[in-house]
Amino acid sequence: MMLTIRDLSVVFTDREKPFTAVDKFSLDIDQGEIVGVVGESGSGKSMTAHALMGLIRRSEVSVTGSALFEGTQLLSLSRAQLRQYQGRDLSIIFQEPMTSLNPTMRIGKQVEEALFIHEKLSPVERKAKALDAMALAGLPDPEGIYRQYPHQLSGGMRQRVMIAAALVLRPRLLIADEPTTALDVTVQAQILDTLREINRREGTAILFISHDLGVVKALCSRVVVMKQGKIVESGPADEVFRHPKEDYTRLLIASRPSRRKLRGGGTDG
Amino acid sequence: MKHKSWYLTIGGILTACMLAFTAAGLFWTPYSPTAMSAPDRNAGPSAAHPFGCDQLGRDILSRTLEGAGSTLTIALAVLAVGFVFGLLIGALCGYYGGAADALVMRLCDAIAAFPSVLLALVVLAVIGPGKYNVIGALGVLFIPSFARLVRGEFLKYRDRDFVRSARLMGVSDLRIIFVHILPNTWPTLLSGLTIGFNNAVLGEASMSYLGIGVNPTEPSLGYMLKEAQGFLFTTPWYTAFPAAIVILLILGVGLIGEGVRERMGVAS
Amino acid sequence: MGKALLKRLALLIGTLLLVSVLAFIAFSVIPGDPTASVLGIEATDEQVAAFRARQGLDLPVWQRYWAWLTAFVRGDFGQSFKFDMPVRALLATRAQVTLVLAAAAFVLIVAISLPLGLLAARRGGGVLDKALDWLVTVTTQITMSVPNFVLGIGLMYLFALVLHWFEPEFVPLEDGLWPHLRFMVFPALAVALPKSAMTVKLLRGSILGELGQDYIRTAYSKGNSRGSALRRHVLRNAMIPVVTFLAMAIGDIMAGSIVVEQVFGIPGLGRILISSIGNRDYPVVQAVVVMVASVVVGCNFLADLLYRVMDPRIERT
Repeated sequence: MMLTIRDLSVVFTDREKPFTAVDKFSLDIDQGEIVGVVGESGSGKSMTAHALMGLIRRSEVSVTGSALFEGTQLLSLSRAQLRQYQGRDLSIIFQEPMTSLNPTMRIGKQVEEALFIHEKLSPVERKAKALDAMALAGLPDPEGIYRQYPHQLSGGMRQRVMIAAALVLRPRLLIADEPTTALDVTVQAQILDTLREINRREGTAILFISHDLGVVKALCSRVVVMKQGKIVESGPADEVFRHPKEDYTRLLIASRPSRRKLRGGGTDG
Repeated sequence: MKHKSWYLTIGGILTACMLAFTAAGLFWTPYSPTAMSAPDRNAGPSAAHPFGCDQLGRDILSRTLEGAGSTLTIALAVLAVGFVFGLLIGALCGYYGGAADALVMRLCDAIAAFPSVLLALVVLAVIGPGKYNVIGALGVLFIPSFARLVRGEFLKYRDRDFVRSARLMGVSDLRIIFVHILPNTWPTLLSGLTIGFNNAVLGEASMSYLGIGVNPTEPSLGYMLKEAQGFLFTTPWYTAFPAAIVILLILGVGLIGEGVRERMGVAS
Repeated sequence: MGKALLKRLALLIGTLLLVSVLAFIAFSVIPGDPTASVLGIEATDEQVAAFRARQGLDLPVWQRYWAWLTAFVRGDFGQSFKFDMPVRALLATRAQVTLVLAAAAFVLIVAISLPLGLLAARRGGGVLDKALDWLVTVTTQITMSVPNFVLGIGLMYLFALVLHWFEPEFVPLEDGLWPHLRFMVFPALAVALPKSAMTVKLLRGSILGELGQDYIRTAYSKGNSRGSALRRHVLRNAMIPVVTFLAMAIGDIMAGSIVVEQVFGIPGLGRILISSIGNRDYPVVQAVVVMVASVVVGCNFLADLLYRVMDPRIERT
């Protein structure tokens, strides 16, 4: 196993009553695998992802349990040690491509940033690798976009920039935290294709987080369903989708067609 | 805000004290502000003269009271001029928009880019010093900043649903401006008023200190400080008390403004 | 950038022309014919005629404006009524003194507020945050409540009369740069302190605002430490509103310098402006006004350019 998560819990202690956002989450991810986490908003799925990435290390939040990544206990690393993994072995892309990029920094610099932090390379080498990652992320005309600013790009293009920046060091695991939720349906499908392609070509494992069971089914081999911080169901994606054991999962599935009608088209298939 | 606003409380108390102090000065002073008393020359603070006496033996408390009253009156008058005209211009520009709005706002931007004290000095250089000229000059120069503030607020509200529906119901423009939109802008205007008041006090005091504000015969804290500076080493209290009054007056109102912004979530 | 630059440049020139027209109307038209007040009532007809010819008073107004403007641009600011000398010669050293004072104040504001703003933007949990919030706001309110000249008097009293750190006597540049600056620090401080407090408050709010943005989370996810995220991402973005504020403050800094000159007895533009207003020496007042206005307008222009460079989101038209 590449990543073994056992009993991961995230508790906010700054409330009047401690609030458990993630409750004993366990999951295995193998190399090159795409695993989905599904749940409605507030189910703790994004919090799980951020805890794994070490993005919620604050005094008022306690993160417990175990997350063994290639034999390294991620949760007990110091901040400085953790930074060695962030952006190199583990990467994340977020839900909001509009705001997740620095508005005053050129795209190229943002894609290169992880290289700048983790490796000693000449500017020319850096740029070559950045352009390579941008092409991998499906950005047309990487040379042109390299010099542009985020506000000059569409939402889908920005999400591709985020993907390129996350992939520039070819991490072993990419965490995709609702990467398509904020995008148009057609763009959503294209981004999913790109992620699948990356997984196939580079062997990058993907932890895909979504509230949309249909999207997860189309992309992932395995899926876990979360509700109020707990895993309520897990198994092969097809299995869970076809024979849901829990009412909650059935509800998630049932809410799909109405959404499809609302948006005027589906993305799976 | 679930917390009580300390800025508002402290600022309110301070301002109330200062207003009581200055208002008292308009009606009553322990001594005549101009009465000289040779034996009391340069006397330090004492029970008879809590703020001490100046080089001519005049009671500094009385003179400070009188000066503060005058400064307060001038500041309020300046505020009234700037606010009333700024409100009218800003409301009309913001509500109707168009070419006139663009032109007026460019002019306002140009004027507001310069420090009002300097501009007022220049105006006074042409029309001469004196209490009413100070009020006129500073007041007129305060119009642009208020106009811009009011206009911004009106721009925010003029296309809101409640304004549209009022218009559909045939409510007159004037009524929409003053009855429907204006009440919504009070938090911002209140914050602007506190800033304007402080700038007016600062402006009058600075100009009078420079000797180009009120006439030397008219009472003013700024002019007192100008005189007092010559005796800074021998009678520091002559400087300290009028200075403290100016500072506390501004501080109180400034804290109220801070409290208003904090409570209403208005950007400063 | 070229087109935007041209547009801003046109606006700059237009504003300066407007300033010149206003200054001309205010000091060359409204005060009326200065002949009698300058020469006195006993002047002979020849003297009057000579004066009127020299000042160009017989020409129509627009010709007088044009003659005044072209002369002004060439550096001929006219003749002082009070002192029988060219305004330019009268103002040369004084302008330099005021510019040093204003520049020193500006440098102090930046030197004081940037480190303090960064320091104040450190986050250390709820209680410390609240305390810092209070401290910064209250300090700002207090320093804003002290008029520049009162602060100047206070500094003078403390550092010159009590501590004897400097003599309350102006030290001109001819006595050496270091002694000159050593003296100028105190008046510059009187101008700078209130603005510094405001800048600290603004910078702190701006940094905290940027730190809460999504792109900072992205930066951390790439392996940035807090320090490198601050350097690489936050500072530049947080500085954008601060630069605008500082540019707007230049007018106030000039005004503050002019007032504070009175406190410290500095023979700068403020001094000559005040005495010339008293003497109704309008050519001098006029020249000072146009000079100060030009500095303010010019600095705003530069700040606007800088702003455009710093924030690529601004439409480049």
